[in-house]
Amino acid sequence: MAEDAESILTNGPYNSRPRWKYLDNILNRPGPFTDPDWVCGEPALEGLSRAKILVIGAGGLGCEILKNLALSGFKDIHVIDMDTIDVSNLNRQFLFRHADVGKFKAEVAARFVEKRVKGVKITPYCGKIQDKDDDYYMQFAMIVCGLDSIEARRWINATLVGMVDENDPDSMKPLIDGGTEGFKGQARVIFPTMTSCIECQLDMHAPRAAVPLCTLATIPRQPQHCIEWAHIIAWEEERKDITLDNDDPEHITWLYQKALKRAQEFNIPGVTYSMTQGVVKNIIPAIASTNAIVAASCCNEAFKIASNTNPFLGFPGTDNYMMYTGDVSVYTYTFQHVKKADCPVCGNLAKDLQVNSNSTLQEFIESLAERPEAQLKKPTIRTEAKSLYYQSPPTLEKQTRPNLSKKLYELVSDGEEIAIQDPAFQIAFKFKLVFEN
Amino acid sequence: MTGTTPPPLHGPTSKEKKYDRQLRLWAASGQAALEQSHILLINSGPGVVGVETLKNLVLPGVGHFTILDSAIVTEADLGVNFFLEEEHLGGFRAEHSCTLLKELNPDVQGSYITEPTESFLSKPIALKPYTLILVTAPINPQLLSKLSANAATFQIPTFYIHCIGFYSQFSIHLPPAFPIVDTHPDPESTSDLRLLTPWPELSQFATEKTKGLQEMSHHDHGHVPYICLLLHYLEEWKSTHDGQVPQNYKDKTAFKASVAQGERRNNPEGGEENYDEAVAAVLKSLNPTSISSAVRDVFEAPECKSLTPETSGFWIIAHAMSIFYATHAVLPLPGSLPDMKAQSADYIQLQNVYKSKARHDLAEVLSTVRTLEKKLSRAVVIDEKEVEAFCKNAAHIKMVRGRPFHIVLPGETVRWGDRAKKAAQDLTDPESLILLYIAFLAIDTFIATHDVDGLGCAAKVAGGDDWESDTEEVEGIALKIIDGLINEAGTSIDEDEYSEIKSRAREYAQELVRAGGSELHNISALTGGLVAQEVIKVVTKQYIPVDNTCVFDGVRSKSSVLRF
Repeated sequence: MAEDAESILTNGPYNSRPRWKYLDNILNRPGPFTDPDWVCGEPALEGLSRAKILVIGAGGLGCEILKNLALSGFKDIHVIDMDTIDVSNLNRQFLFRHADVGKFKAEVAARFVEKRVKGVKITPYCGKIQDKDDDYYMQFAMIVCGLDSIEARRWINATLVGMVDENDPDSMKPLIDGGTEGFKGQARVIFPTMTSCIECQLDMHAPRAAVPLCTLATIPRQPQHCIEWAHIIAWEEERKDITLDNDDPEHITWLYQKALKRAQEFNIPGVTYSMTQGVVKNIIPAIASTNAIVAASCCNEAFKIASNTNPFLGFPGTDNYMMYTGDVSVYTYTFQHVKKADCPVCGNLAKDLQVNSNSTLQEFIESLAERPEAQLKKPTIRTEAKSLYYQSPPTLEKQTRPNLSKKLYELVSDGEEIAIQDPAFQIAFKFKLVFEN
Repeated sequence: MTGTTPPPLHGPTSKEKKYDRQLRLWAASGQAALEQSHILLINSGPGVVGVETLKNLVLPGVGHFTILDSAIVTEADLGVNFFLEEEHLGGFRAEHSCTLLKELNPDVQGSYITEPTESFLSKPIALKPYTLILVTAPINPQLLSKLSANAATFQIPTFYIHCIGFYSQFSIHLPPAFPIVDTHPDPESTSDLRLLTPWPELSQFATEKTKGLQEMSHHDHGHVPYICLLLHYLEEWKSTHDGQVPQNYKDKTAFKASVAQGERRNNPEGGEENYDEAVAAVLKSLNPTSISSAVRDVFEAPECKSLTPETSGFWIIAHAMSIFYATHAVLPLPGSLPDMKAQSADYIQLQNVYKSKARHDLAEVLSTVRTLEKKLSRAVVIDEKEVEAFCKNAAHIKMVRGRPFHIVLPGETVRWGDRAKKAAQDLTDPESLILLYIAFLAIDTFIATHDVDGLGCAAKVAGGDDWESDTEEVEGIALKIIDGLINEAGTSIDEDEYSEIKSRAREYAQELVRAGGSELHNISALTGGLVAQEVIKVVTKQYIPVDNTCVFDGVRSKSSVLRF
């Protein structure tokens, strides 16, 4: 690199955009790490301003992402979010004001950034990502995700992997994904089918283990057990006809008082309203600073990919994942997560799943929701030869229901492949059942 | 039941609702500290990283912020700073950013000062009203040096922040002793069960609960808390091992096997959860209690050893704690108990055994604290809650010794002092970003020697106009700093490594000069997130702050924390 120092020290073209003076310094000058074939100036600038980019999520990360992309030279930004603004968003979702509570996030965020940063067009869609089809996603150069749901991430990931056509390089849409929890977070870049995808990395984000029902029902020990009892058992028993609404303060208050009473019966201290809300809504702590860090890291990668001003995460064979923690000093770990040949989405081999052949199909189905490598909540299962269990339609469900109480060894052989479908995903997951006993 | 449930007596307030997601991290005490703080930003250059930092402090509800910046809004600001609008062109940057930042949170007060930094600092008590100071580069080094010295007199934590192109770096100067009690350790690492040194009440409880273990029904046998099981099997082990507990890995593996043998597999479940928990806990719970080096540092600190009437509450409690440790060879029991398979009543009873022991230990420490207070004739009585918090987290307290950051004065060489050896070692570590830090020092040196108007605001930036010659100059300065470091450390580095170091340093210098003093919004936003997070840790005295320099490389998406 050092011997190239002479050749890279050429002045860029005349700077004619006073507003973008700072950005243009980078776009108009090569650096020691830019590709030798990179052409600075106009082409780099074009790459940015012509790239149509999609942002999924207009929440804590999404607000930051929209601001960052608009100030990175992107001109044509689209944003999807189905949510409306809640008062608890205001401590970090800085494009919203108190007067906006109740309005659609995507709409308010888009208008705000358009007004603040002149010359950028932001097109909002207030709805679900699942409403849109391949043609819609095909129009974008890349997609940046700031989501709090694993399911939505898996959906867009599977969609983008499915869209790749080997003969059309434009069909491969880089996916940049950010996530946070309290002082922790991650930013990752995925080149669908070429590098490790969200599904390959699924086991890095294992769901929290659920408390066994019998503990809730008979031997609670923690305040959370009492809250879960009120949430899962007491509500069903006493208010079956009312649909529980996590955002209705009356409902939360009812659960809180139920939980408190149960806790008193068992001498368990510590049930509070705030804890009740946290457990019932599965609240994840969120702060402005972590969102800023993770969103900016995602946008930095998006900027580098679109402008080629420097190497980016996710180039095949290089680092594609930055893990971040900020509670003890500042720590990042940037590494290459390797694509899995048995990934149910981007691999072509069935993934091994260790099972106890004495467990029933019912138990196996229940375990699928919690297994870090599966995380499927409503699975429909079949082998090549027969249907094991169908969630719907009702006739098929009824027909296959007797299988639920059968032991696995009665239904499948050791090493047999099964296909699982789940209404949350449009693809079938292939697994190979390996008997551990 | 008819109608709706009445609201609880203590439902969340509107503030609790707004800050719900952060209160779950730093609680009401942290929030109160944040709301009582007043942050000063001394802004310069493109000025984005400072404003982005403030954004992340205004949102969670910092009490008050002040921006000191005499710059006028230009076209270039509008392409990089989100908190300025077209109609502000020609106005004061500090004023308009202040207005737009205040919009984010009506509970926050914001002020601005457009006086040049030099005249602002000429008043000796100018810095006194502030809780914490943020200074962004570029700044005239003489001014920075004056500011740093002033802030240190009032013990005001000061951050010095750089953000250029794809790179950023910040250093934190904390007071000479910055103790933290509420470090929020990972819950996994905090359970302190004292299984090797049980106190009488715990032993007695375990004996009762394991009486007739063999004859118990499946239900009872499967619900004996694992702590009681481990204590029971430990007694058995001791009776066949000369009264000794398992000493090493081999012993523990054998002990684990003996516990596992007690598990019933002929029950309907085909196994027992409480036994599984016991087996899993053997390796991590059967270690002799020892104190961490961080706690030892606190006990051995001069402030802890010799108390004066002016000594702060922290050190008096620390002193009382060290007496407790000297007497019992353990720290006070924190008293928390992890969840485990058990009947509700047994678990609550066991929890109370731990809690009452913790209360007992607390009472002893508290009485020492009161005696010390009397002996020192201290005017203010230390709150019992403070002592309790200290006892609960005694094993995880932390003390940071603040140190001044590097200020490069023209004509002077960078001194590394007692950190020279470590810094020189880092030069050859490819994972360390010390060379990027040195490149930033080279940029500071460049600015120190090319000061245009002496005010620091309009300093000549490296790569502003004459990109080629500036690159050469900054590279040269960086190499000189490296040579100076190697020299000061007295280490020798072999030729190959030395040329590798030089070429990496050159690359960092080239990339920095390429930016010509520009901030890239993404890097400013990211760094503003990091700095704001550190500010929150410092003002709330919770979690563990960076000690004392953090470097971020946005080309490779990597960071390093270094101590100078």
